[in-house]
Amino acid sequence: MEIQSYTMNFGPQHPAAHGVLRLVLEMEGEVVQRADPHVGLLHRATEKLAESKPFNQSIGYMDRLDYVSMMCNEHAYVRAIETLMGIEVPIRAQYIRTMYDEITRILNHLMWIGSNGLDLGAMAIFLYAFREREELIDCYEAVSGSRMHATYYRPGGVYRDLPDTMPKYRESPWRNAKELKRLNANREGSLLDFIESFTQEFPKRVDEYETLLTDNRIWKQRTVNIGVVSPELALAWGMTGCMLRGSGVEWDLRKKQPYAAYDRVDFDIPVGVNGDCYDRYLVRVAEMRESNRIIKQCVDWLRANPGPVMVDNYKVAPPSRTEMKNDMEALIHHFKLFSEGYSVPAGEVYCAVEAPKGEFGAYLVSDGANKPFRLKLRPPGFAHLSSMDAVVRGHMLSDVVAMIGTYDIVFGEVDR
Amino acid sequence: MSEAIASLAERLVAHFQDRVRVTEAVGQVTLETGHEHWLDVARVLRDEFGFEQLVDLCGVDYLGYGAGEWDVSDVSSGGFSRGVEGTGPGRFRWEDRPESVNQPRRFAVVAQLLSVSRNARLRIRCFAPDDELPMVPSLTGIWPGVNWFEREAFDLYGVVFEGHPDLRRLLTDYGFIGHPFRKDFPLIGNVEVRYDPDKGRVVYEPVTSVQPRVGVPRVLREDARYSTASAEQAQRRAGQG
Repeated sequence: MEIQSYTMNFGPQHPAAHGVLRLVLEMEGEVVQRADPHVGLLHRATEKLAESKPFNQSIGYMDRLDYVSMMCNEHAYVRAIETLMGIEVPIRAQYIRTMYDEITRILNHLMWIGSNGLDLGAMAIFLYAFREREELIDCYEAVSGSRMHATYYRPGGVYRDLPDTMPKYRESPWRNAKELKRLNANREGSLLDFIESFTQEFPKRVDEYETLLTDNRIWKQRTVNIGVVSPELALAWGMTGCMLRGSGVEWDLRKKQPYAAYDRVDFDIPVGVNGDCYDRYLVRVAEMRESNRIIKQCVDWLRANPGPVMVDNYKVAPPSRTEMKNDMEALIHHFKLFSEGYSVPAGEVYCAVEAPKGEFGAYLVSDGANKPFRLKLRPPGFAHLSSMDAVVRGHMLSDVVAMIGTYDIVFGEVDR
Repeated sequence: MSEAIASLAERLVAHFQDRVRVTEAVGQVTLETGHEHWLDVARVLRDEFGFEQLVDLCGVDYLGYGAGEWDVSDVSSGGFSRGVEGTGPGRFRWEDRPESVNQPRRFAVVAQLLSVSRNARLRIRCFAPDDELPMVPSLTGIWPGVNWFEREAFDLYGVVFEGHPDLRRLLTDYGFIGHPFRKDFPLIGNVEVRYDPDKGRVVYEPVTSVQPRVGVPRVLREDARYSTASAEQAQRRAGQG
């Protein structure tokens, strides 16, 4: 009897599908003949919701797109508004954004290395990665009060300056005094002290990940020469970020079209050679080290240069509480800003940032109103996932899992 | 950088002549062309201008462009507009959706191009000639990566891409009716789903559980601008000093 090709459903509830991906695979034995990803199960119409709200009220939605690289999404959106309005953001805010973008990048890559490890059978790495994620999430909490959905970037700067204290672990029945002292050791000073101590520790931690994976035979068997993406293919399918750099194309918006304070800090762009899953792993690990370098430089600059973190213009930034209580004009501005918002001049703009997963862009059309006329968010994962069929054809089923992992898919941004 | 952009705009005009309209604002170049030239122009942009990557493509519905819900310029003896009613995004239900006026240039397709080799960006736009059945040629033959972006624009705006190999819905539910991002589609949707214990299956019914409610009216202001406020701010600061 001859065995015909058969169709298989992968997901939408599957631990290796990274969320709600339904992948319809046409198989011949173990070999994939055609892959048809069905997406949209997490579609929340973010762009349509944004059309019904004043500009500032949509910043929080951006966190919920790619929910493991929150502040980078906000960055693209606020940059689009700032470009259209012609806002000059204070330099200190630019450095804070640069620092938090890189913290976000490490957060994202840690999540990626952990979950991709789980997908491919490396259990321990997940625990290591989440140990460091916890510390960085605390940095989010310290600055915005929220551990994930920060809404920290605002058109004109950032919501507030960096705090002088770090949140500390409290005493509890399952933590004795000695343990508590160890946990709080680097939390006695300001947020910048804490971040600095993290940057000193972090390279050693990355070494630990590398001892677990880089020369691991099983890891290499699962990733070397799997999902090879040629530079031509990567460009034709709109791939950006690590997917493009893993194939040897040296393209990074932070260097080529710098924004925030990226033209003032020193860092390198790691690129791959073969364009396989293993090279992309190496690129992401190297990127974590580079991000660490950038954070260190930002910490040094931020220590030495106090200053405003928000533009001094009441059309986009709220007046201080004292000013609001004493000045009629300031009160009116406060009221108008939080009820009606501000009107953005008519026009259109596309602003992109180098998010951890690739180019995250915001295309904004304004007709002069206090709400966007049209907002299109360009998620990197959407373009990556669309190339699934072109990349995995002819691979084994288990390599599809490796490929989903290496795409670094998050459905919050693919489905929007 | 701005010099480079000026020269890009000039080179585009010199090459395409009157087939395109090139505009430049906030340091970004936009090229607009008719649907009959859409494919030719795109091919030349990729092959001769080095735009090897299409980063993004989306549909835009220009219905109601420039219309506010709150008249802020005119106060008469009869009072002034309160902005509590309106037909802006999110403020109507399916039965009350605004009539589709026959707007000649309602649907557009906008793509963002990127040249990795020359480090340049360009935005290209094409209006669909017919707003009853908006049709634009598909770019899949030029940039294969546009496939899903066109499927999305078809799904959300109903723009039909001629020559697309696989024009299915992408983001909405299987069997969804309507194009949800059109300006005359309500924010609360047209149907809601629930599990019917009597029928023993999930049923679709007209929306009743949510009301169209948007608190802030859509306001177009000419005077309350960031740039004018900057001047005021500077004046005030000088006064204080």
